[in-house]
Amino acid sequence: MGKFKNVLMLLLMLLLLAACGNTSTEAPATESEGEGEAGTAGDAGEGGTAKYAFVFKNTGNPYGEKMYEGFEKAINEAGGEVIYRSPDQPTAEGQIQIIEQLITQKVSAIAIAGNDNDALEPVLKKAMENGIKVLSVDSAVNSNSRMLHVNQANPERIGRVQIQAIGEMINYEGQIAILSATSQATNQNLWIEWMQEELKDPKYANMELVKVAYGDDLRDKSVSETEALLKSYPDLKGIIAPTTVGIAAAGKVLTDKGLAGEVALTGLGLPSEMASYIENGVSPWMYLWNPIDVGYAAGYASVELVNGKTGALGETFEIGELGSFEVVEDGDGTQIMLGDPFKFDSSNISEWKDVY
Amino acid sequence: MNEHVIQQTDNIEKHTLSNKLLANISKFRELGLIVFIVILCAFIQWRNSSFLTIENINDMITNAAILSILAVGMMLVLVTRGIDLSIGAIIALSGMICAQLVSQFSLNPLLIILIGIVIGIVCGVLNGVLIAKIGILPIIATLALMNVFRGLTYRISNGEWVSSYQMTDSFLSIATGKVFGINNLIVIAIVIYIIFYYVINHTVIGRQIYAVGSNPESAKVSGINENKILILVYSTLGGLSGLAGVLWVSKFASAQGDTATGYELTVIAVCILGGVSIAGGAGKVSGVLLGALLLGILQNALPLLNVSPFWQTGIQGAIILIAVILNTLVKRSVDRNNLVRRKI
Repeated sequence: MGKFKNVLMLLLMLLLLAACGNTSTEAPATESEGEGEAGTAGDAGEGGTAKYAFVFKNTGNPYGEKMYEGFEKAINEAGGEVIYRSPDQPTAEGQIQIIEQLITQKVSAIAIAGNDNDALEPVLKKAMENGIKVLSVDSAVNSNSRMLHVNQANPERIGRVQIQAIGEMINYEGQIAILSATSQATNQNLWIEWMQEELKDPKYANMELVKVAYGDDLRDKSVSETEALLKSYPDLKGIIAPTTVGIAAAGKVLTDKGLAGEVALTGLGLPSEMASYIENGVSPWMYLWNPIDVGYAAGYASVELVNGKTGALGETFEIGELGSFEVVEDGDGTQIMLGDPFKFDSSNISEWKDVY
Repeated sequence: MNEHVIQQTDNIEKHTLSNKLLANISKFRELGLIVFIVILCAFIQWRNSSFLTIENINDMITNAAILSILAVGMMLVLVTRGIDLSIGAIIALSGMICAQLVSQFSLNPLLIILIGIVIGIVCGVLNGVLIAKIGILPIIATLALMNVFRGLTYRISNGEWVSSYQMTDSFLSIATGKVFGINNLIVIAIVIYIIFYYVINHTVIGRQIYAVGSNPESAKVSGINENKILILVYSTLGGLSGLAGVLWVSKFASAQGDTATGYELTVIAVCILGGVSIAGGAGKVSGVLLGALLLGILQNALPLLNVSPFWQTGIQGAIILIAVILNTLVKRSVDRNNLVRRKI
């Protein structure tokens, strides 16, 4: 009996080995098919349905969950199987491991919100060599390691729209300040550059940007910084906070000090965090992109890539309900950009505050 | 003969005079901190005249209240030669559970405070048992539990935040309400400081904590139950952290999984600024209060000074370093003086 079991085990292992051998020989095969004209049908046809992977920065992040929701919706509409994987901690190492596994699983496409711009390059290149379509979403990876980036919104529009909003709120007259995240945050710094660019327009001649303060995305520090702004600039008319923790902390300070209507607040914030302060008038309105839409766009972009698009400059991507988007330049690489950020005000905040 | 005697008495007089002066420095240590704070305030006031306004002082003390509450608990732990790295995670855990309870059942604020304290005490007892009964080093036990508590917070919250619209007005008023025109947070901190001042300086338990810290062997010989004292100090700090969690969430009107990450180090810095020795056995409530005040001033004033954000943390660190160096120098001279006195 014992011997029989051993033989059985051996056979099983041999079978497994053979299976492994199969996959490794199959991978280049699909690649060569992909290069040919008929590759598009081959990918989806061979494994039944195509597998679309979505890799976020870390687990348990409500923003990531919403993005996945949109991704799943897109893939369900287009037809395909969805795989959602994220590391426990927001590290590149965790994502590398996951991508290695996805390569072995032979997924058709990987959409990733990168934890590091460059560290993922070797493993993502390996994925692309194995015929997997790779795109980054929300947080980009460098242009060598992806075919396309799906940008949540146009950084220029994000910056400009916030200055336009605060201008409208304070009648284009008076001092304004910016409460940002850390002084190193790439996103925020880029948006602030565009804000300063927008301020050069003559219609803002009576507005003065007095200070850019940094709350480091910490509650206590953001509160201290807001209080300091109010004291150092008693005539301050408006605050722009392009960061979720900062804008909520500023909203709380202005509410507690009873400054609704005297100091206007706008920026980028989570609807749930900002609901109280939009409803009580401290912040007439604010912006954020819709993570569900971002995920949805990433889903359709994955499908388009698997169907033969290459993410080259000038291509048009059909993104389901959102319409079509042209591929534009992004440094060395290419991207599609989802227009203006979404505006949250007292008319729609009550339906959005439960969403995210 | 006569001359000799005179010289001797002269010497003795000189000695006692210098003794008195040096002996006074140990009391002056706090005075030194006060002088430092006064100079700092004068400088800040010179740079930004809105610093010493009633509104700003009120904001500053309100912001420092939670820090000061935690610091007095941390002092007890440090006095017993321990350290507690898990308090930031306890703040987040208690804050998150309480915020969720409020959002679902809209409980009475006093009841919520009580629940927060109980959650904190449970966490603190865990720390204490690991350290006292099993004998794990405090830094390792609390580091491990820090991760456990933090993980638990993420698990309970599913990574979601509890936002201000989900909280009741009565809960938010814990941090915004006033008693006799003074913010509740300040009142709570004052009450806690009075209680701790009394317990630490005027009760047997208070003195036993110092005995365990300054000489564990002789404390054991003299019949002090070391385990009991250790569990007591860790659960006290846990309870204070639980309370701080509720206050934190009420003050900022938002509960996040990563609330107060790294806050334990700020609290330890306050204790060291206040003259509490990491090596155990030494530390005073008044010193810790001054330490909390100094750090509160720094956090309030650095944004007012218009320093470059690149320098802010650097300056804060440098000031802490200067204060600690001053403290060490003073302590060394006092010790030397004590040795001299022993020879005579």
